[in-house]
Amino acid sequence: MQLTEVITRALGNARRSLARLRGAFREGTLLARALPAGMLLAGGLLPGSTAVGDVLPDDRSDVLYHRYQGGGITIQGPEVLVRKKIGQSLSLSGSYYEDLISSASIDVKLSASPYKETRKQKTFGFDYLHGKSTYSAGIINSKEPDYQSNTSYYSVSQDMFGDLTTLTMTYKRGWDHVERDIKQGGQIVNDPAFHEIADHRGYTLGLSQILTRSLIANVTYEVLTDQGYLANPYRKILILDPASPDKGYSLADQVYPNTRTSNAASIDLKYYLPYRAAIDGQYRFFSDTWGIVAHTLQLGYTHPAWKHWIFDGTFRYYRQTAADFYADIFPYANYSNFMARDRELAAFQSYTLGVGASYEFTIPRAPWINKSSLNVRLDHLMIDYSDYRNALLIDPRAGVPAGAEPLYRLNANVLQLFFSIWY
Amino acid sequence: MRRATQGRRAPPGRLARGAALAMLALACIGLTGCGTIEPWVKPYEREHFADPIMSLNRDPVSSVYMEHVFESREGARGATGGVGGGCGCN
Repeated sequence: MQLTEVITRALGNARRSLARLRGAFREGTLLARALPAGMLLAGGLLPGSTAVGDVLPDDRSDVLYHRYQGGGITIQGPEVLVRKKIGQSLSLSGSYYEDLISSASIDVKLSASPYKETRKQKTFGFDYLHGKSTYSAGIINSKEPDYQSNTSYYSVSQDMFGDLTTLTMTYKRGWDHVERDIKQGGQIVNDPAFHEIADHRGYTLGLSQILTRSLIANVTYEVLTDQGYLANPYRKILILDPASPDKGYSLADQVYPNTRTSNAASIDLKYYLPYRAAIDGQYRFFSDTWGIVAHTLQLGYTHPAWKHWIFDGTFRYYRQTAADFYADIFPYANYSNFMARDRELAAFQSYTLGVGASYEFTIPRAPWINKSSLNVRLDHLMIDYSDYRNALLIDPRAGVPAGAEPLYRLNANVLQLFFSIWY
Repeated sequence: MRRATQGRRAPPGRLARGAALAMLALACIGLTGCGTIEPWVKPYEREHFADPIMSLNRDPVSSVYMEHVFESREGARGATGGVGGGCGCN
């Protein structure tokens, strides 16, 4: 009898607690109430990631150290990203990023000299909230000794259908100045005879959709168009040259088309597992007017553990066909109107394995900081080229004529260490 | 000859049926647009989405960097949520 009473009371308490909890959600006093679909993308300096509908991204700052090493290239440097709300409707963001590049890559060894240089990128943007809409705009400035780029973007996001759906439209425009460095009197300077420009435009349509209590989808379609000088001025094409018995080939400048238009469509699904973990899958299809068709598939798993830790694991598969005007080696000079040997335009497939760990903690001496985290992430990238050969191994006298050398393969490690605070 | 004539002029009944279907479709779209769509996942059922592990872009500083790493080495670009800018690819 007593046991029955205890159970009845317990059930009554549970029902009342549940009713209070539901009431709190309905009153909007719990976080989940104010969480539109687009908020799950929020936080970056990017139109796609500021698709926040009726909630502005969190105030946070990040300090990142990044290091890429592979294929004779080391690129490392810092990045600082700051985001802060001003009042209830405006959020400002800014970032500073540096690439310290030390390159002796296969391309550089073949047709140029190893070099060191720095790229600096500054970004500033804002998000303005008005009702269920968020208006975003920003500028990005990037400077290298031989390449300057300015990009501006404009974006609008709208929450719909009880905040289950967020629609985002973005337009961006970029203006680049391309130089070529040469050695003059022992100094590296811009070639006064070479100055080119390139213009870029981009149109993006994104849709975030909460599908079930545990599943969200994000669909994005983007068209990009470029006009101007789109080649790399340092890289060369190979031409079969029987008159050169030492190598069997000669070098010539690349000739790229002056225009390019690409279409990319992606879908990203994320599912909350019953034991507080998440899996996600992304697929992207890409094609362009240069004849490149690419598929990208990424799978990820996120697992929180021991109260303060979050672990991530990702696998990414990428495959592309070659551009119509790409060849590892051309049979003779002026073989076609356009000729390129950039390995980014070759046919290849790549695999990337990534792991990450994040430790969350509070700083008692800084009560204005709500949360902090220390993060480490390591990715291993493997690229297998199908029609880009290691031309450094060409040696006709040793029985390796041009066109018979082994295919090139790239292995690289990417390290990220970053510290984040929310305030 | 008869076949060619039939191809140019559709029978009046078929035209009417097509117009009626088109109007019905427009009416459906209009009614759907005017009506209120009830959210099938209620606000109090969205607690999973409040968990940071469900964010599609938990650490923008990291995702933007990785996007740059891939974009510098691949022919494909776009539809990843980033703006890009700069080169850093020589």
